[in-house]
Amino acid sequence: MLDNIAILTAAPVFNVQLILDGIFIGAIFALAAYGLALVWGVMNVKNLAQGEFVIMGGYFAHVMAGWGIHPIIALIPAIVVMFLFGWGIYRLIIRWIIQHDMFTSLLATFGMALVIQQSLNLAFGPEIQTVDSGFEIRFILDGLVTVAEIKLVSFLLCVLLAGIVVVFMKRSRMGQAIRATAQDPRAARVMGIDTEKVYAFTFALNAAICGAAGVLISMIWVIQPFYGITHSIRSFVIVTAAGFGNLPGVIVSAFGLGLAEQYSGFVLGAEFQQATVVGLLVVVLVWRQLLLSRHRQVVQ
Amino acid sequence: MNALPNEHRIHLAVLAFGLAAPFIFGAFTFQFTILWIMILFALTWDMMGGQMGYNSLGNIVFFGAGMYICAVVQVGLYYDVGLYTAPDSSISGASFTYQQYFTGLVLGLICAAIGCVLLAFVMSSFLFGLRGPYFAIGTLGIALSAGELMGAWEWVGAGSGIAMPVFPGGVEARSLMFYFIALGAAAATYWFVRWLYSTRYGLAINAIRDDEEKAEAMGVHTKRYKSITWSFSAFFLGISGGLFGNMTGFIEPLEVAFPTVTFGIFMVAMALLGGKGTIWGPVIGATLFHVIKEVTWTYLLGWQWVALGLLIVINVVFFQQGIMGWMQRKWPERFGIQVDASMRKGSERPSDRTSTP
Repeated sequence: MLDNIAILTAAPVFNVQLILDGIFIGAIFALAAYGLALVWGVMNVKNLAQGEFVIMGGYFAHVMAGWGIHPIIALIPAIVVMFLFGWGIYRLIIRWIIQHDMFTSLLATFGMALVIQQSLNLAFGPEIQTVDSGFEIRFILDGLVTVAEIKLVSFLLCVLLAGIVVVFMKRSRMGQAIRATAQDPRAARVMGIDTEKVYAFTFALNAAICGAAGVLISMIWVIQPFYGITHSIRSFVIVTAAGFGNLPGVIVSAFGLGLAEQYSGFVLGAEFQQATVVGLLVVVLVWRQLLLSRHRQVVQ
Repeated sequence: MNALPNEHRIHLAVLAFGLAAPFIFGAFTFQFTILWIMILFALTWDMMGGQMGYNSLGNIVFFGAGMYICAVVQVGLYYDVGLYTAPDSSISGASFTYQQYFTGLVLGLICAAIGCVLLAFVMSSFLFGLRGPYFAIGTLGIALSAGELMGAWEWVGAGSGIAMPVFPGGVEARSLMFYFIALGAAAATYWFVRWLYSTRYGLAINAIRDDEEKAEAMGVHTKRYKSITWSFSAFFLGISGGLFGNMTGFIEPLEVAFPTVTFGIFMVAMALLGGKGTIWGPVIGATLFHVIKEVTWTYLLGWQWVALGLLIVINVVFFQQGIMGWMQRKWPERFGIQVDASMRKGSERPSDRTSTP
């Protein structure tokens, strides 16, 4: 472990590699986390199946690649299909748990996650998959730092998608309706907004965003039926650290998480990468609690 | 409270069945042992989730911690643990005499229980400020990271785990012994929670569930109550963990010791299925869940996990009150709940389920 830190200080160029990878992967984390923040903020549902949606998107790209369709083109059908899937899930399950307490939504979506990951496992097997995008790998800084072109492309696609979603939320009528519902569902209903439709649309939009993130993940990283839970935890870490409704916060903490994972993977070893994510979750929650405890008096 | 009619007869019947089961259904002794452990799981989860309103997704931590503490004590009494768990160790297959084995087992189970209580106190010091869903997510994170961290700790065998001391007697005696320890542990848990909920302590934790701020304002030391309740459930979970590790004969961090997505979620699902916040609910839920699990495992090979996930979703979304809750609404008089005559005509349920005497 100390050796690895020594490498980083002796050859700062490795830091460039880690930072670049952290940013490229963090952008995708931000996408999925934004979806979670949306659902959490608008309908107060904590979706533990978030990561499974991401992995579903990844397998969609995998299937399309099997048919000879390039994964970047697969983005569009993946978004459409995942949107419809999210709408269906809303009609079937989520609709019934909005009124319940939040633990219900956690547990119900966890059961959903179980169903999705096991179905994927039955359909595709437990092997780790990746989708070949056909882009080249570039060497910069005297060949010490490698940058796969696909990572750059996926970063740009990520920014593009995020931009579309943000503009949609700000400008379109549906986006305005979603924000109004988030502020006060009852007032929104009085104003003639069909909140049921808004909820369904929000959940479907979240599934579509996750699906897009999954397609990108499948190109620059790996997918496997059981990797979903880690993605869910990542989204929770980011949203809890940033607070929902705070888009810049989500982006910053997503990049932070990406960097933290890359560094811990390098310094502590790859087997600690997952432990870092869950460890960070606990740290973020406790830190948040410390902030809150200043405002509250408890009988000790 | 929440009493079933003719409870004493039911107790006697269950106890008689429990004592006779391994001799009548000899082939299923292992399944019955698991069933008692499952009942213990559901009861300990219900202490937190049902009675105190703190829904933990990470109680499995104590199960795994108890398992590891018990194993380390059992091995450590006679050998060097680091050497024993080393992959190319010469003593990894070391045998234990009768006396060594039983001393180790008893001491190990005691240490597991005490160690888990201490762990619960340590964890409660920083986790109990979290409320509602944050508590659930935080405990889930703890459980997931515990498995990962144990998998990286060389001294206790890291990812390849620990081979437990081999039982010095025959196969039959072994399964019977573990069966009766599991039965004893489950029965002890049942009687303990039954007694606990009938005391002022039970009222205090129910007050925390119903409204923590008001309970605080009434002078209930909420933080103390919460830590102590958690350490109660940790006590029994630690024993069950040590027991399960010895029964399996092999400890591995992710699948056996910290199975967050299997046992860790099952205990929640079982308590909810039976009806949380009742005494019989977790028992009935655990039994039913275990039967469903075994049937799907046998007849739906490959699809069993999908079936279980669907069961959890349907249970949580459409049948949240659980079996006991449903029965209390259907026949409130049988549970000693006074129903206003005007209420009975108009609506179908008593106004507030928590106001049961």
